[in-house]
Amino acid sequence: MTRRVAITGIGAVTPLGVGAEALHERWAAGESGIDDGLGRCSDFEPTDHLTRRQVRRTDRFTHLALTAAAEAISQADLDEAPYDRTEIGSVMGTGIGGLSTIESEHITLREKGQRAVSPHCVPQMMANSAAGALAIEHDLKGQCFGTVSACAAGAHAVGTAARLVEHGDAIACVAGGSEAAITELAMAAFAEMGATSPTGISRPFDKRRDGFVMGEGAGVMVLEDAETAELRGAEILGYLDGYGATADAHHMTAPEPSGDGAARAIRKALADAGVEPGQLAYVNAHGTSTPLNDRSETEALKAALGEQAAKLPTSSTKSAIGHLLGAAGAVEAVATLQALRAKTAPPTLNYEEPDEGLDLDYVTDGARPLDVNGHPAIGISNSFGFGGHNAVLCMEAAT
Amino acid sequence: MTTATKDQVQERVISALVEFGEEPENVTPDSRFEDLDIDSLDLVELAQVIEDEYKIEVTDADMDKIATVQDVVDFVAERQS
Repeated sequence: MTRRVAITGIGAVTPLGVGAEALHERWAAGESGIDDGLGRCSDFEPTDHLTRRQVRRTDRFTHLALTAAAEAISQADLDEAPYDRTEIGSVMGTGIGGLSTIESEHITLREKGQRAVSPHCVPQMMANSAAGALAIEHDLKGQCFGTVSACAAGAHAVGTAARLVEHGDAIACVAGGSEAAITELAMAAFAEMGATSPTGISRPFDKRRDGFVMGEGAGVMVLEDAETAELRGAEILGYLDGYGATADAHHMTAPEPSGDGAARAIRKALADAGVEPGQLAYVNAHGTSTPLNDRSETEALKAALGEQAAKLPTSSTKSAIGHLLGAAGAVEAVATLQALRAKTAPPTLNYEEPDEGLDLDYVTDGARPLDVNGHPAIGISNSFGFGGHNAVLCMEAAT
Repeated sequence: MTTATKDQVQERVISALVEFGEEPENVTPDSRFEDLDIDSLDLVELAQVIEDEYKIEVTDADMDKIATVQDVVDFVAERQS
């Protein structure tokens, strides 16, 4: 690492509400944002946060991204930072992009013909449009692109943005993920492949887990060179100290059963941060509530962290908000930093029945204080995506 | 089909621009699109609205000559006559 990467702003829109605080407070209180088997952002009314023109010109996944980013950028006071705007980047992950636009415009095409297709369709549906919209809205003229790696996209975005800052390609970077794919087609497709829960219950690591619950939302962080952030007087919330990413090279949707790819990503993130397993205080698991992930992730944690794995509070945000697909890694990075700052591990909800071999400390009896013993609170956030993508972020709360 | 009056066309165009996100108080018959926050994609959509509403064909060349709300009103009147 050449430059240390500070986190100076966080923002989120999730099924638990608009704002990062709602995510942490409500999750830690054991509340769920899942209703009727779906994690919708029901409290989110786009016109409360965006102009009518923004709402009309962009897809819902960009509405969510713009709103989460506005919160993070406001907290970091990045709009007023004395930085060359050409040195500020925008990297946003998504699994799919503007899926509701694609579906509705396809119906229009079939029913009314080409001339009825909206000229705004392409900029609304393309997977990079959240990154582009953020750059336009906040005058971010550095590197700007989307990351597309299914359910690891948000973590890849944050990790890649951290690299841009470390390397000096950007002095600051707005990074995160967003997804709005609770659509007819996506629900049908995920259900038909057996990925989503027929019972509509997200219960990661529980023996009865039967698939993930679809969610939507966005999470955004402002990352910047710690030294210049301090010089400009920004409040530093924490540090993005390590990033590790690997591929399973095994199967398009099934994780490698031993968790080898995921374990390598965890080890890489720790090595990048210069952190030993014994220094960790918390693990934010990918924890999808699918039979395969929760088992292979448990194996991966054991392989990468050794005896320490069983001692670490390990909880899944998806138990409270469902699986936000390409937004998950970013929202969970925000949740991890909040857990570390509050020195509180929020719980894995709906866990009742242990499964053989899934024997880590999944924080199943409510939120629990983190045991940091006077040391900085350090944790990791795991994200794994269809395609065999593994991305792990290592963060430390500012003291 | 009855021919739309100029007032009706003007009302329709202004309502389209408002629907696109423009504030109603900003839009007058003399408003130039370039002074409003109406971009090239909005203009394509406006052409679609005109075609659909008045059953006339609007080409890119036609749109190139249109710069104000009044221009649209005059264009529709001319094509309908």
